[in-house]
Amino acid sequence: MANPLVELKNISIAFGGVQAVDDVSLDLYPGEVVGLLGHNGAGKSTLIKCLSGAYQRDSGTIKIDGKEADIRSPADARRYNIETIYQTLALADNLDAPANLFLGRELTTPFGMVDDAQMEAETRKIMARLNPNFRKIKEPVSALSGGQRQSVAIARAVYFNARILIMDEPTAALGVHETKMVADLIQELKAQGLGIFLISHDTREMMELCDRVSVMKNGRMVGTERVEDVTEDDILSMIILGKNPKVAA
Amino acid sequence: MTDATSAPPKAPQRTGLAALELDTRLLGMIGAFVLIALAFHLASDGRFITPRNLFNLTIQTASVAIMATGMVFIIVMRHIDLSVGSVLATCSAVMAMTQTLVIPDWLGLGLGHPLTAPVAIVAGLAAGALIGAFHGWLVGYLTIPAFIVTLGGLLIWRNVAWYLTNGQTIGPLDGNFQLFGGINGTLGETASWIVGGIATLVAIWALISARRGKIAHGFPVKPLWAEVVVGAIVAGGILGFVALLNAYTVPERLLARQFEARGEVMPEGYTEGYGLPISVLLLIAVAVVMTIIAKRTRFGRYIFATGGNPDAAELSGIDTRMLTVKVFALMGVLCALAALVASARLTNHSNDIGILDELRVIAAAVIGGTALKGGIGTIHGAIIGALIMQSLQSGMAMVGVDAPLQNIVVGAVLVAAVLLDIWYRKRTGARD
Repeated sequence: MANPLVELKNISIAFGGVQAVDDVSLDLYPGEVVGLLGHNGAGKSTLIKCLSGAYQRDSGTIKIDGKEADIRSPADARRYNIETIYQTLALADNLDAPANLFLGRELTTPFGMVDDAQMEAETRKIMARLNPNFRKIKEPVSALSGGQRQSVAIARAVYFNARILIMDEPTAALGVHETKMVADLIQELKAQGLGIFLISHDTREMMELCDRVSVMKNGRMVGTERVEDVTEDDILSMIILGKNPKVAA
Repeated sequence: MTDATSAPPKAPQRTGLAALELDTRLLGMIGAFVLIALAFHLASDGRFITPRNLFNLTIQTASVAIMATGMVFIIVMRHIDLSVGSVLATCSAVMAMTQTLVIPDWLGLGLGHPLTAPVAIVAGLAAGALIGAFHGWLVGYLTIPAFIVTLGGLLIWRNVAWYLTNGQTIGPLDGNFQLFGGINGTLGETASWIVGGIATLVAIWALISARRGKIAHGFPVKPLWAEVVVGAIVAGGILGFVALLNAYTVPERLLARQFEARGEVMPEGYTEGYGLPISVLLLIAVAVVMTIIAKRTRFGRYIFATGGNPDAAELSGIDTRMLTVKVFALMGVLCALAALVASARLTNHSNDIGILDELRVIAAAVIGGTALKGGIGTIHGAIIGALIMQSLQSGMAMVGVDAPLQNIVVGAVLVAAVLLDIWYRKRTGARD
C-alpha cells in the first residue's frame, strides 16, 4: 500500500483542566475517506483542528508525506494543501461568493490591487463544475441557501488543489438532494487521490461514504475499523460504550 | 447542491431606470440632503442654496468628514472609536507646538520658515499614527473592548493636549499651514477647472475600463445608453461642483487690496472666484484613497471580512489582531489630517478644538449607512452623512433656531436615520 498522506501521532491537547484530546493517533492514505465519529465533546473536532491549524496541540507529532509538519496556524495548514470545510461554514456573510472563495488568498492585479473581475471569472468557472445552478455570484452569501453556501465552502477547497480535505459535518444543514450532491463530490475528490477526513454524527452516512471509521469518546480513541469489517451496531456500541467489540471479542 | 427552483438561464435585461443600476441608498441620502437644503433655503429667504453658503458648508464639513471615513472602517470591524475628538486635539497641539516652539526656538529657524508647515504636519501625522496604533494594540492584542480603550482615550488625549500647551490658545499658526483651513487656501478659478477637468476624465476612463473589463470576462454589462447617462451624471456633478465653488467670488475690497499691494490698479468690474478649497481637495483625496483601500486592496477586503465574520477571517489565515492595529493607526492618521484642517481653519489651536467631534463623526458614519453590527459601510455614505449633519447644524443656525433645540433636532435625526436604515434593509431583503 502507498505511504500514508497524514500521520497524527500521540496528539494531546487540553483546555484549562479538560483533556480534550488524549494521546490519539490516526492516519490517512491518498484516495481514502476516514470518518470520525463520537458524541458531542468526544474530541473529534478538536483533534481535527490541530491538523487544520485552528488549535495548537500540546504534544504529539503531525507528519505529512512522512515528513514532520510544522502547523501552527490556518495559514501553515494551507501551505501543506490542507483545506477545511467547517461545520459553521466559516463564510463572511457580508461578502459575495468570489470574495469568500478567495478570502486570504486574493488574486491581485500587477499593481497589487484585488482583482475582483478575475476572481469572479474563476468562481463562475468552478461553480459551473460543482453546482451549475449557482447564479448569485455577486450577492452577499447571506442571501444564499444552505446548499449554495456549502458549495462556496467546497469550491474553496477544490479550487486551491487541496490534497487533504477536512469536512466537519458537511451535510448537517442540507436537504436530501443537496446531501446527495456532497456525497457524489466526495467520491469524485477521492477518485482524484485526495485524502478526506469526514466528521459526522450520521452513522449510516458514514458507513456509505467512508473507507475506515474512527470512534472517539471522552478525548480518547476507541478504535479504527474498515467499514466492511464492522456493522452499524458495532459502531454504535463503540460510540456509546467506548469499547471496541472486535477487540473485546 | 442545487436550488429546487429552476433559475432562468439568463438574468432578464433590465429596462428603464433599473438599467442604470444606481445605488438606491446613495440616491436616498442625496435626496435627503437636497430636501434639507431646499427646506432651509425656503425658511431662510433664499440664503441657504447660495455659492457662499455652500462653499462654507464644504469647508465646515471637511474635518468631520475626513474622520468619518476612518470611522467606517472601525465600525465595520465591529469596534468603535470614542476618542477621535480628543486625538484630534492632541495632534493639533503637537502641530501647534511644533510650529510655534520647536521649529522657531529649539531649532532656531525662526517664524515663517518654509519648512515649518511640512514638519509640523509630519509631526502631527506621526502623533496620530502612534496614538491610533497604541489603541489598536490595546484592542487587538490585549483584547480590551474598543469602547473602553477609546473612552479612556477620550479623557486622556484631551488632557494630554492641555499639558502640551499649558492650556493656552496657540496662534496664529504658520501662513502655509493655514492654507489647509478653507477660505485662506483655495485654488482659484483656473486651477479649479483644471482639477475638475482631470477628475472628470479619470472618472470617465474608470467607467470605460470597468466596462471593458466586464466584456473581456464575458460578464453582463449595462446597455450603452445607461453607461453614457451615468457618465454624464458623474461629469455634470464634478463640473457643477467646481462651477459652484468658482461662483463664490472674493470680496472686491480684498481684491483691491491685493492689487494695491502689487502696486497695480484693479480693472473696472474685475472679479475672482475662490474655487476649490485645499481642505476640500484634501477631503476628496482622502475619500478616493479610502474607497480604493475598501474596494481594491487586501487590507480593505480583510477589514470587511473580519467585520462580517471574525472567526471565518481568522480561519482564512487573516491576522485580525494586526489588522486591528492598522485600522486604528489609520484612524489616528485621519484624526491628524482633520486636526490640520480644523486648526488651520480657526488659525490657532485652542483647548476646546474637536470637542464632541466623536459624536459627529460616529453620527456621520451611521447616517451614511454604516451598520454598528459590523461588516457594512461605505466611504461616500459617511461623507454625505457628515454633509447632512453639517447642513442641519448650519441651516438651523441660519434660520435662528435656539441652540438647545438644534441639538435636540440633530439627536432625533440620528435616531430616525437608523430607523429608516432598518426599514430600508428589511424592504430590500438584505439579511445582514
